[in-house]
Amino acid sequence: MREVAIVSFAQAPSVRRETERNEVEMLTPVIAEAIERSAISRKEIGFTISGSSDYLAGQPFSFVTALDAVGAWPPIRESHVEMDGAWALYEAWVRLQIGDVDSALVYAFGKSSPGDLGEVLALQLDPYYLAPLWPDPVSLAALQARALLESTGYTERDMAEVAARSRRDAQSNPNAQVASDFSVDDLLAEPYLVSPLRKHDCPPVSDSAAAVVLAAGDLARRVCERPAWVRGIDHRIDPHYPGVRNLAESPSAALAAREAGVGDAPVDVAEVHAPFSHQELILRDALGLDGRTAINPSGGALAANPVMAAGLIRIGEAARRIMEGNARRAVAHATSGPCLQQNLVCVLEGD
Amino acid sequence: MSEPVTSIRRPVRLEYDFTAGRAMSRFLLGLAEGRILGQGCPECARVYLPPRGTCPTCGVPAEEEVEVSPRGTVTTFCVVNIPSQVLVVPVPYVCANILLDGADVPIFHLIQECPIEEVRMGLRVEAVWVPAGELKATFESIRHFRPSDEPDAAYDSYREHL
Amino acid sequence: MTEAINAETLSATHILEYPYTRSVGPVIGRFLAGLRDRRIEGVRTAGGRVLVPPVEYDPRTGEPLSEFVEVGQAGVVSTWAWVAAPRRNHPLDRPFAWALIRLDGADTALLHTVDAGDESKMATGMRVRVRWRESTAGEIHDIACFEPEAS
Repeated sequence: MREVAIVSFAQAPSVRRETERNEVEMLTPVIAEAIERSAISRKEIGFTISGSSDYLAGQPFSFVTALDAVGAWPPIRESHVEMDGAWALYEAWVRLQIGDVDSALVYAFGKSSPGDLGEVLALQLDPYYLAPLWPDPVSLAALQARALLESTGYTERDMAEVAARSRRDAQSNPNAQVASDFSVDDLLAEPYLVSPLRKHDCPPVSDSAAAVVLAAGDLARRVCERPAWVRGIDHRIDPHYPGVRNLAESPSAALAAREAGVGDAPVDVAEVHAPFSHQELILRDALGLDGRTAINPSGGALAANPVMAAGLIRIGEAARRIMEGNARRAVAHATSGPCLQQNLVCVLEGD
Repeated sequence: MSEPVTSIRRPVRLEYDFTAGRAMSRFLLGLAEGRILGQGCPECARVYLPPRGTCPTCGVPAEEEVEVSPRGTVTTFCVVNIPSQVLVVPVPYVCANILLDGADVPIFHLIQECPIEEVRMGLRVEAVWVPAGELKATFESIRHFRPSDEPDAAYDSYREHL
Repeated sequence: MTEAINAETLSATHILEYPYTRSVGPVIGRFLAGLRDRRIEGVRTAGGRVLVPPVEYDPRTGEPLSEFVEVGQAGVVSTWAWVAAPRRNHPLDRPFAWALIRLDGADTALLHTVDAGDESKMATGMRVRVRWRESTAGEIHDIACFEPEAS
């Protein structure tokens, strides 16, 4: 395998509603910052790929207009996935394995505020049995939370602890949207939103964008003092229909983690994409993470959840800790689909 | 066995609160004043219309406001024989790409007040606005374009903008 | 129509409508025709598991599936979530539960709603029974909801 590293990362602060800027205006400074930090010139970038969903803002083919933020002339090598940007990063990593290009720009944008996320995300469900009932993502996550609570020893207090810790850690993340310091007892006194989920168990609706630059081998060493090397990356999927799988566990995340080599050495920091508090509990077990690993020091998706960018931001946050010299080995995880259906795991290491 | 089920109707209706963003808002607010506002790129100096806040060629913010002329050149056109669901113009009618003087990308609009067979590449046209009291922040403030009775533009003057 | 949200930026309501008609294929079509006739059918895999709702291929092996089996109209709730404030598109306009329901004779669970009236009436493991819509049409909505089975 060719050595590939993350050499820069930039993101826009997540906000509840970005009214001033359209998607291109949101993306332009983020992409410019990521490229500038990479010390690779824009024209030298060998491959460009994005992750987004047109349904979020209701602009069909918005991923094409988003290219206005890139500088795509003369014609560049370009691709797009209708997935979280983490999957775009996977494609870029695969593309760099070919060996004819040495760098890639990966970006993701999610402007959820114009539409109703509860309805938009119902459209990702099978259109015959599920989508006609319009189950919203909070309701589906609540089914999963109860399955977890009633089939394991986990409690609503464990979930509230995840939420409290995430929002507390988010206080030191300038890009986080929801940051607060609440006691677990206070959180548990709140009413249910869709039981067994309370508001604190659910992610905020966020608008944001993020960009990562990847570089291979010597180029990565030349442009970055401490590249975050991608030592393993894998993504797997569970069946779509929620009634055919055990929602309390995540076999696809566990398999992706094994293939990526998560358990091969201690993990200093993990950024897991758990939009709902109970999903972090499922993912900690699936990824085999224990108390020695700092989990979601950024606050995670409970602090900011720009749909389609939140997974790429997990990878960027994990890489940032290596690039800044604060971690040696990091794990990043991204999810997509209802109830953690699809999972991507990436192992990053410093030299 | 009764009749098989072969299909289901599955209508979807989604409602959005769409934000135009800064650049498009400036453009639309300009139309409400009877002005056509583009944006210039600080690197390549191209003027984009409608503006989107960036230069798609250079990938840098392009926030310098540039007012362009309501007159321009037809760079290409088509004759439409299919009735439009949204336009109240009888068929056949002409849609054209119009390179406004001072802009580097053409806009798409109707050509009216002209026999169809006289529309041609290089034809000089001018904007016909709705009456001043009806100007709004919408593209519909320009009703259509019509010939401006100037000599045709030379092909070389717009060949880079086809 | 546009409206100013502040001095500099405009916003407007934007509606997207997709008038989709979808082909359902033989397996889903058979299930939906069953619902229209107030009957719930699953499909049996080579391994003997009965999948409800039915799918075209065995999720474990990828084998095509075609052996239909009628299952019960009542079953057991395997997990549930209580919606105190239904959204505009939800199947019920009063508080209800989403539930995964393993019907008698089935090995997988169907996602639908339970009209239980109050959250205190819901419990994992409870038995529920289908309530058919008054007039059925060959779609998942032919099941109006489930309701707690009289004990």
